[in-house]
Amino acid sequence: MSALADPVKNAGAPLPAPGDRLLQVRGLRAQYGPTKVLHGLDFDVAARGITTILGANGAGKTTTLRAVCNMVRTEGEITLAGTRIDGLATENIVRRGVAHVPDGRGTFLNLSVEDNLRLGAYTRRDRDAVAPDYDRIYGYFPRLKERCKQQAGTLSGGEQQMLAVSRALMLRPRLLLLDEPSFGLAPKIVQHLFEIFRVINAQDGIGMLLVEQNASMALKLAQHAYLLETGRVVMSGPAEAIRNDESVRRSYLGY
Amino acid sequence: MDQLIHQILSGLATGGIYASVALALVMIYQATHLVNFAQGEMAMFATYLAWALIQAGVPYWGAFAITVLSAFVGGIVIERVIVRPVENAPILAVVIVFIALLVIFNSLAGWIFTYTIKPFPSPFPAQPLFGNSYVSSHELGSMAITLVVLLLLFVFFRFTPLGLAMRAAAQNPESSRLVGIRVGWMLALGWGLAAAIGAIAGMMVAPTVFLEPNMMGGILLYAFAGALLGGIDSPGGAVLGGFIVGVLENVVGAYVGTELKLTVALIVIVGVLVVRPSGLFGKVHVTRV
Repeated sequence: MSALADPVKNAGAPLPAPGDRLLQVRGLRAQYGPTKVLHGLDFDVAARGITTILGANGAGKTTTLRAVCNMVRTEGEITLAGTRIDGLATENIVRRGVAHVPDGRGTFLNLSVEDNLRLGAYTRRDRDAVAPDYDRIYGYFPRLKERCKQQAGTLSGGEQQMLAVSRALMLRPRLLLLDEPSFGLAPKIVQHLFEIFRVINAQDGIGMLLVEQNASMALKLAQHAYLLETGRVVMSGPAEAIRNDESVRRSYLGY
Repeated sequence: MDQLIHQILSGLATGGIYASVALALVMIYQATHLVNFAQGEMAMFATYLAWALIQAGVPYWGAFAITVLSAFVGGIVIERVIVRPVENAPILAVVIVFIALLVIFNSLAGWIFTYTIKPFPSPFPAQPLFGNSYVSSHELGSMAITLVVLLLLFVFFRFTPLGLAMRAAAQNPESSRLVGIRVGWMLALGWGLAAAIGAIAGMMVAPTVFLEPNMMGGILLYAFAGALLGGIDSPGGAVLGGFIVGVLENVVGAYVGTELKLTVALIVIVGVLVVRPSGLFGKVHVTRV
């Protein structure tokens, strides 16, 4: 577990064996109306691992996450812990333990913070275990506790992102899909969020698929990275290797 | 003065009916952003079902329960079978479907039960309760039933996980799917509840207006006025609006003339749309990005 908690140490590890894959995606295609956005992606998320997908605006990062949840017209094989989930309705994919922190955060603006979290746990049947989870989440994000009765629409952008992550965690997912969690947030808040991701991953072994524009943060957190360009994977490998490859960094990541 | 009190009280009684139908309209509106024009006719048809059951010898409250339950199931079936296929159709197409439903239920009722006006029994005693001279026991009873229904709905939406899920599904379908809510079923459930509320309103109003296929026409209009007055996206506002329109209609009917009763509803509708389109309690949501 400690090896996973420390991504740098783990980064050089070879690709996981098929049995250890939490998510396996093959030949993923997606389109909005007649516009094809993804042209056959292959990628994996290791069990208890963090995978990041990097790329510029319009590369298809958000679409990739939406395709995993069947929120766009999708073709290809998507396997979650050995079971095919492609073609299932979004809510059924979620019920199998895939939590999605969507682009734009997806806050229920007119409901209270507490009700937002309650909705996160909507599908859970282990009622007794839900109650302590609130405390845990309020422990990660004390701000949410202070504002638990407040209408979620009145929260700041950072607080809404915390709420979106918390709502996803209330599901007790096996796989967490994170769509640009750093978007529009102050660096300090981003640091805090990523620290929470690291802790959750280490403690609970929740696998994560992180889509980011903030490549430096993402590559530090993840063990494995894919570079996306106009709907195709142009490079993949251990995050550590990509982080240290200056030419890749300059030409694809721009930092 | 006595007459005024009397008018206000019986206005509150009919207002309760309007409030119920207004709430049914709001429930569907919140989920679809469309007014279900067939709401009244669905209620009327359910009331005929109750009438037929009572004619067949079923005791009143038995018929009441069966009718509410059938309306609930019927509402779900209508959503699944008729409304769902046009879910993503242009607004006008959906409006046409609603109007078609209105016509279908209206003619179906006329065909099955004829257009002859029928008396509908009240479950409440004929003498006024507590020897008061202001309000009949049917008015008092139907007001009580309306209030109980509204209270139950409030508790359901406010305090149960299913109620919360239904509110979430109406507000933000995409995020609702992402927490595992079966949004389609929530909409169907909303139709079921709206139909059940309508059925209760129909059974409560039928003893006063008598049962005939067009009995809900005016009521739907008043309910719509009430919903607009309170705010078409605010359940609480719609209920209050329904009561206000009920009292207004009764008082105007008594002091100005019954000919102008329906005009009041139309004036309210036009007035609200001109002066305050979101209604008295239509929320202006606080949003930060």
